[in-house]
Amino acid sequence: MEPMTTPSATLDTTCQPACLRIAGDWTLAHYASLRRDSEQLRTQSTSDAIADLSQLGNLDTAGASLLAELLGAERLSHCTEDLPEASRALLKTVYCSVQDYCIPVKAPERNVLLLLLERIGSAVDTLWQDSLQLLGFVGLILETLVRRLFQPHRWRVTPVVAHIEQTGLDAAPIVALLTFLVGAVVAFLGATVLAAFGATIFTVDLVAFSFLREFAVLLTAILMAGRTASAFTAQIGSMKANEEIDAIRTLGLNPMELLVVPRVLALLISLPLLTFVAMICGIVGGAVVCALTLDISPAMFLSLLQSDIGVQHFLVGLAKAPFFAFLIAAIGCLEGFKVSGSAESVGAHTTSAVVQSIFVVIVLDAVAALFCMEMGW
Amino acid sequence: MSGREAVIEARGICNRFGSQSVHEQLDLDLYRGEILAVVGGSGSGKSVLLRSIIGLRRPNEGLIKVFGEDLASLRDEQRSQVERRFGVLFQKGALFSSLTVTENVALPLIEHAGLSRDDAEHLAGVKLALAGLPLSAADKYPSSLSGGMIKRAALARALALDPDILFLDEPTAGLDPIGAAAFDQLILTLRDALGLSVFLITHDLDTLYTITDRVAVLSQKKVLVAGPLAEVEQTNDPWIHEYFHGPRGRAAEHAAASAGQER
Repeated sequence: MEPMTTPSATLDTTCQPACLRIAGDWTLAHYASLRRDSEQLRTQSTSDAIADLSQLGNLDTAGASLLAELLGAERLSHCTEDLPEASRALLKTVYCSVQDYCIPVKAPERNVLLLLLERIGSAVDTLWQDSLQLLGFVGLILETLVRRLFQPHRWRVTPVVAHIEQTGLDAAPIVALLTFLVGAVVAFLGATVLAAFGATIFTVDLVAFSFLREFAVLLTAILMAGRTASAFTAQIGSMKANEEIDAIRTLGLNPMELLVVPRVLALLISLPLLTFVAMICGIVGGAVVCALTLDISPAMFLSLLQSDIGVQHFLVGLAKAPFFAFLIAAIGCLEGFKVSGSAESVGAHTTSAVVQSIFVVIVLDAVAALFCMEMGW
Repeated sequence: MSGREAVIEARGICNRFGSQSVHEQLDLDLYRGEILAVVGGSGSGKSVLLRSIIGLRRPNEGLIKVFGEDLASLRDEQRSQVERRFGVLFQKGALFSSLTVTENVALPLIEHAGLSRDDAEHLAGVKLALAGLPLSAADKYPSSLSGGMIKRAALARALALDPDILFLDEPTAGLDPIGAAAFDQLILTLRDALGLSVFLITHDLDTLYTITDRVAVLSQKKVLVAGPLAEVEQTNDPWIHEYFHGPRGRAAEHAAASAGQER
């Protein structure tokens, strides 16, 4: 390779007419300095100067674009005769393509306060639209479910079972471990606080009440929101990005029936089952702590459980599971359908699905707690 | 032919996926400044060969030298230096979906050429214009572009650093005939002006007849024949005969011949 020579563009005003001398390698390596120079030269009146390109070394597209901008079409056609054929063709090609191409002006900076207000406004609007969409989607799922209920030949059992395995069976170990640990923590907490009143025996009630009514179903639902809602969004979202959803529609099939209903049904079955597992494990966790630190033997724990805790607490806890399951699945699927083309969009909607479903689960749980309290259940 | 300098030398390449073998003892050269077209039936391993050469896939056997150096044995820093001299246009464009078209092209300019953001975006605009992308598309995200526009934007990114070797994987597929012809001309101009070497995978017979210097036919797991088009056409092989003398091949040949006479 030839040695690189420093490029330059100089306006020689000693001769008449003025002469613009172009020299050296006009290449990408020198782009920044060359662009500064040529912009400076353009502000001086150089339009009548002739150009001398005889000293020009290597030329690439970056340099050619600068030359084209600096000299313009007319001068380029005169002064390039002594250039090699290839460089001339390059200059011509670059010039032809950039002549109508100007870089758009950047939008002026706007007031920060206005921007803030605008973002708040659009966020509120998005929230409203999202809620409407979710309600509409829930309606659509229910309609499809009810319609298919009476057509047993169109039940899709295989995907439902596959999704039960993914969302239920595969999640059982993590749910069991998590609730066992939380059960143990609650028992520790109860033991510490209740010891001050000499009422450590009520640790049993504390663990049982909290897990049967609230913790088991809430923890499971939150885990499912993180684990399953995100999976649903990513699965449906990448299908959407890959035009698979459109393909399903053009084949005359219904994406609701093919993709959404099996997922909703699977979660409707697996979340209550997991909730039951969570209740057992939480209580076992509490029992272990009671046996180790409070000298409440497992047999005594069980008999206290049997005598003190009514079955309605178990039912209240379990009754919430299907509602949570339905909403988690619906949000996961809906966010998947909202994905547009890009990989970034899949990520954004997956995050949104998890946040929304955890939010909805906790809000619904609070409402249910109030309701049950008023009803005396 | 032997006097020319080879920028890519592939020797004894074997690529296997499990028990399925795609290439067996494949040899191929790319000489400096030439446009080499690689043709072959669907599934004959053209894209796999391209991925092997640019180092995305390590062949099971064989040696690939680029600019006289074995990419696989280089250290990361040197390897990156060599890879900077590649421009690759992937089959589906492979634009970064989280960046606008201009930012896609400006990215290598900022990272490798050390330009400021303003300079890089200005130059990116030039490259986009060169690739024939309308100005209105420059600030869009790839997801809102048509297939042909994605091809052009991806070409602009491949050309960003004025590479020495340009790898094109079916560049004219999905372009309208006018756009495809302009694309061919652009490749020719750039090759002549910058001394590019072009490795071109194509099914486009018009491209083949218009711009290629040599054609390599990939068949039966190796390069069946590589040489100037006229030579390859005369090769006595049923697949090659069908390819070049089938109805589409004849039409493209006539078109190229009559275009040549007009000139």
